[in-house]
Amino acid sequence: METGSPAGTGVPADQPAWRGLQPGLLRVRRLLLLVWTGVAAAAAGLLPGLLAGPPWAACALLPPACAAWCWRLLGRNWRSWRYTERADDLLISRGVLWREETVVPYGRMQLVEVTSGPLERRFGLATVQLHTAAAATDATIPGLDPAEAERLRDRLTELGEARSAGL
Amino acid sequence: MTPPGRDGGIPEHPPVTERRLHPVTPFRRAWAPLAVLAGWTVHDPNGAHEQLTRLTGTALLLGLAVLVPAAGLYGFLSWWFTHYAVTDTELRIRTGLLFRRTAHIRLERIQAVDVSRPLLARVAGVAKLRIDVVGTDDKDELAFLGEREARALRAELLARAAGFAPETAHEVGEAPARVLLHVPPRELVRSLLLTGATWGSLGTALVVPAVLWLVTQNVWTVLATALPLFGAAGARSGGRFVTEFDWTVGESPDGLRIDHGLLDRAHETVPPGRVQTVRIVEPLLWRGRGWVRVELDVAGSDNSVLIPVAPRAVAESVVARVLPGVTVPRELSRVPRRARWCVPVWWRGQRLAVTGAVFAARSGLLRRRLSLVPHAKVQSVRLTQGPWGRLWGLADVHVDTGADKTVTARLRDVREAARFLHEQAERSRTGRRTAGPDRWMAKG
Repeated sequence: METGSPAGTGVPADQPAWRGLQPGLLRVRRLLLLVWTGVAAAAAGLLPGLLAGPPWAACALLPPACAAWCWRLLGRNWRSWRYTERADDLLISRGVLWREETVVPYGRMQLVEVTSGPLERRFGLATVQLHTAAAATDATIPGLDPAEAERLRDRLTELGEARSAGL
Repeated sequence: MTPPGRDGGIPEHPPVTERRLHPVTPFRRAWAPLAVLAGWTVHDPNGAHEQLTRLTGTALLLGLAVLVPAAGLYGFLSWWFTHYAVTDTELRIRTGLLFRRTAHIRLERIQAVDVSRPLLARVAGVAKLRIDVVGTDDKDELAFLGEREARALRAELLARAAGFAPETAHEVGEAPARVLLHVPPRELVRSLLLTGATWGSLGTALVVPAVLWLVTQNVWTVLATALPLFGAAGARSGGRFVTEFDWTVGESPDGLRIDHGLLDRAHETVPPGRVQTVRIVEPLLWRGRGWVRVELDVAGSDNSVLIPVAPRAVAESVVARVLPGVTVPRELSRVPRRARWCVPVWWRGQRLAVTGAVFAARSGLLRRRLSLVPHAKVQSVRLTQGPWGRLWGLADVHVDTGADKTVTARLRDVREAARFLHEQAERSRTGRRTAGPDRWMAKG
């Protein structure tokens, strides 16, 4: 609990406890995918079918094919998101093809934001976002359980106060 | 103002004296109607001419008789309703005729203090004072103050921000400054002549009109393109000469002092520990002479130049004063050879060095830029890797600083990058412990 990563070895010896996102987020994203695929398929089937002749209505098959692929991508992306609270910093890792790992020291936090849109609330989800003085810091954790989001917010603010360092 | 300490619960404060800006201030907006008129004339010359000929002399006089007093009244009222006051902890600026606005600027959050004197203000003997904190905008400057008043106010603000007791802050006066570097005009001119951009813009200004002449044979087209191009070329190098003329960098207990300008004089004081990033830029043509340009980033400040031109050794000694305990690293590690498949040719320019005090990343092949970030100034660290980089086992490490600048070490070996990410987080944590306090003269 003293430090996040012992010096020298580089890779943390005591593997931090990684946490993933709620399955609800994956459900929401897949649901949205299905809705939009339905809309796209209807448009892709009706327009060429009416304008160029019935055989062209087969275009309606294209969006579902893409959607099947996106379905898998969403799953992989969802699995790739994880975060861990270390003694002095928050570590967020995400992305499959474009991988990104962010380390934000607690003392640098200027603001912790918890947001939850209508759709997110319906599925019991919340997003935590950390702001530092650098706008480039992109520390967002979507798809958290609201209780976990609040716990995280309280813990981050508490630690941020204790280790506050300003600019 | 409410009388202090009426209900007894709040400790009594000494009454804050509110002051007004210099009486010359209203005139700064008096030229606004004329500017609007001039802008309209330039924008639509035919229409303006037509309208002006239709106006009779009396109408013109009547218009002026309304417009000038109206502008004058507006200037006077906005001056009358602008007050500023210095309290123990903040600078307070109250403005606004209809919409009141009060800016409270916390003194311990000062990132830099600028005093600038544009040409006309120099003639009138006044100056603008601006305090840079994160998030200030142009409205939060004090324009104009008497020159002596501006200097006294700057000294007082810095003394209070430094942590001197409020009673003595008045008398502390200006901290003595020691000149670290002065750029002679000869060197500045030579450096501008050796800048590729100067010749590039001049070349464009010569070639484009010539080609146009050959194609169109129309004098007006050629003039219409040649004049703006020459203007841009002149403004670029001439403007740089005018702003960077007589560049002086000094050092004082209040921090770094930068003075410059031929027509518009500008002065900036950056208190200790406010510099977030320093960049050493080496253009191709300067390398033979061993000259460098040094840029710096301070949160909330507009100025980004520390030294316009200086020999490398001198520049490095100034950098060592600006970032205490930092030596510019000589040995920088290259990226692996396979990086040439990700960034052809330019991969050679990418270098990285991490010392006990600073994260240093270099990029660029012709124009080398070495960025230095003290570990104590790191806001967050990121590692990114795209699909192509993953194929070659390479990743980028980004270091974000408080001045909204990101320094990137590109194309590092992925295992090395992961190690840097964790070590950097650790280093910036320990680096912050040794950083000085916000109130730099206060002990502990």
